[in-house]
Amino acid sequence: MNDKKERIILDVAYQPQVRTNVDTRRLMLRVIIALLPAVGVAVWQFGLNPLVVIASSVLSAVFFEWAIRKFRKQSASIGDLSAVVTGLLLALTLPPSAPWWLPIIGTFFGIVVVKQLYGGIGKNFLNPALAGRAFLLASYAMLMGRYPAPAALSGVEGIDAISAATPLSFLYGSDPMPAYYTAKTMFLGLIPGAIGEISTLALLIGGVYLLATQVISWRIPVSFLGTVALLTLIFGGGGMSNADFMVYNLLSGGLVLGAFFMATDYATSPVTLKGQLLYGAGCGAITVLIRYFGGYPEGVSYAILLMNLCAWAIDKAFHRHQFGVSKEDTKAEKEAQKAEKKAAKEAAK
Amino acid sequence: MTHTFHGGVHPDYRKRPDIPVTVIAPPPQVVIPMIQHIGAPCKPLVQKGDLVKMGQKIGENPAPVSAPVHASVSGKVVAVEPRPHPLGDTIMSVVIENDGLDTPEFMEPMTPEQMKNPDAILERIRQAGVVGMGGAMFPTAFKISGGIGKVDRLIINGAECEPYLNGDHLTMLNYPEQLLKGIELVRIASCVDKAYYGIEVNKQDAIDLLNSLHPEKYGIEIVPEKVKYPQGGEKMQVKAVTGREVKPGGLPSGVGANVVSTRTCYAVYQACYEGRPVIERIVTVSGSALKETVNGLTRVGTPFGYLAEQCGGFVKTPRKIVLGGPMMGICATSFDAPTIKGTSGVLFFTEEEDKHVDEPTCIRCGKCISVCPMKLEPVFMYMYYTKGDYEMLEKYHVMDCFECGSCSYNCPGRMPLTHAFKTAKLMFQAKAAKEKAKAEAAKEAKK
Repeated sequence: MNDKKERIILDVAYQPQVRTNVDTRRLMLRVIIALLPAVGVAVWQFGLNPLVVIASSVLSAVFFEWAIRKFRKQSASIGDLSAVVTGLLLALTLPPSAPWWLPIIGTFFGIVVVKQLYGGIGKNFLNPALAGRAFLLASYAMLMGRYPAPAALSGVEGIDAISAATPLSFLYGSDPMPAYYTAKTMFLGLIPGAIGEISTLALLIGGVYLLATQVISWRIPVSFLGTVALLTLIFGGGGMSNADFMVYNLLSGGLVLGAFFMATDYATSPVTLKGQLLYGAGCGAITVLIRYFGGYPEGVSYAILLMNLCAWAIDKAFHRHQFGVSKEDTKAEKEAQKAEKKAAKEAAK
Repeated sequence: MTHTFHGGVHPDYRKRPDIPVTVIAPPPQVVIPMIQHIGAPCKPLVQKGDLVKMGQKIGENPAPVSAPVHASVSGKVVAVEPRPHPLGDTIMSVVIENDGLDTPEFMEPMTPEQMKNPDAILERIRQAGVVGMGGAMFPTAFKISGGIGKVDRLIINGAECEPYLNGDHLTMLNYPEQLLKGIELVRIASCVDKAYYGIEVNKQDAIDLLNSLHPEKYGIEIVPEKVKYPQGGEKMQVKAVTGREVKPGGLPSGVGANVVSTRTCYAVYQACYEGRPVIERIVTVSGSALKETVNGLTRVGTPFGYLAEQCGGFVKTPRKIVLGGPMMGICATSFDAPTIKGTSGVLFFTEEEDKHVDEPTCIRCGKCISVCPMKLEPVFMYMYYTKGDYEMLEKYHVMDCFECGSCSYNCPGRMPLTHAFKTAKLMFQAKAAKEKAKAEAAKEAKK
């Protein structure tokens, strides 16, 4: 044969010889794109401070990710954009009036302690953004609990411009719901709340984008939202019809942000298909429990953090059914085992 | 309604059935390896210096699981020696210098009477060296005879779900009637009344063409299938067409099904109606190292280097030679290795196709789980693999993996999942073989 060709060194590898274009970086990029509508609504309603908070959060998250890995002599990982997502998600859970330095403390805890010290992407057992938020909530309760009124409500009678009451405080409080909180204003996001959580519409656009691009599956968001809807519909409250109560519950607080963007975090949610359904239902149930009985008005972040801790156990419980083995086969096998044990016991007697 | 299975991926298909079949000029020297099937290797029937004719049997083994090999050109045997084999290693091969005359020596075509006799058809299939030409290369006669009495569903595999490959599609378009006759013969040999021909709907033109030829006359029903890899996997075909799931570690015949590939049925047609043994097939030659894709009618024994030259030569330096499709295809190690009966494609890949990363990282997204057609959980299997916990690997059914590559393909962290499972399986097989040998040795000692 041709001599020139013989000198070409050929690679060998087991199959497959081709790979999808959708790598970790592209998945993270899609999450960032999906969050942009919510960021837009925040700027529209709260001005430029949310942008300052987001920038500080994202930059500090990326810096900490780079620095800790450099310090521990590990490979650079900021190219996968997961730190950007963590920073962005943390910022979206903060009040629009938060000072610029607040998220830096949160990202330090989230990225360094929760994510990198446990081995980096895919190894952490808590959602780093939510862990960061929980850390801030425990340390700066005053700053974290003060929500300014959005632009749409400026000048409305009974609204405190610096610390407006969110719809949730009326749903589970003793005062009746004021007239300016309607399903429509809450859906569009003309209400006080955290930077990224106010507009259900913007979050749904992002969520549908994530579903369409197969970044997330429907299982967690649907079971999460479905459980909240079902439980609030059954138990009701807030001095209104149960159906209204359910709608307000779905539209308020960080529920939609949590269901589509936080609970679906890869590393901290189950990977088994049935496990995801149970996990989502668990998130929903704990959210409702905290909303009804908890000390905090909002329970989404703690609900997700608690279920994060169960993710591995859930996966173990939902080992998949083997291909080619019908349910009758498994039943027959189990019965045979039982009979064997019984026989062994009797023989021992 | 289109039929399908659970899981699977949608790779970048890059299929070019619009490129007509070109005949690749037979090379000046063909290399015919004595192993082109699963089973006992053939023994050469010719010696250095012998003159052979095209279609002459040059190697065989009387063992039941084997398939004879035939000269793909006429000429002089210049060597009978180990040569590089496409599946690696060097294997005893017959090297024939092509005299360019293609003097044929085929078998007599079968009479219509003979073609009604299952035993006669099976004998002809055996003599013609027909093997599973989808790539598995299992001797077809043995597969069919092993299923007689057990099999009530004969499935013809027309999925061609691997990217790049066009051979089956072009066979359907160019020889539809011959193909249906070939399927009819396989059906008669299998002693069943009906054959189900599963074709992915990205070959709608072929489905329409075959349907217009009244397949029911031949006892064939066309089953349109969803376009999804690995639809052409044997177990996936059985699941899609019959709804039955092949038992773990079992064969499709265990649930009354047998799967035969499109090109194999065409080879059966050629063997029975024309007396031609398997000496050529359509090979899709493609990849970014080449200027363009070629669907070449290629003689068995054509070396890859020569094949690339015939297809316009390289525009970039190839890094890999992939045999078959890119999802399940394995890498050849030499440009001198030849095409064999199971070579459906030869892909010359460069860095362009290679998505290598230095540090594969699992992000626990679970995408490997949702795509696994065998309902496995690759993310955990890989974890146990790296831990060396082989007990748990077995518990997670690693032996069910048929290495379709879907999990690795879909992994955003680029984890070498299929690689790990293949390695683990080889280890389990080696262990089982060792234990068997030990047990046999103990038995001998007792005697």
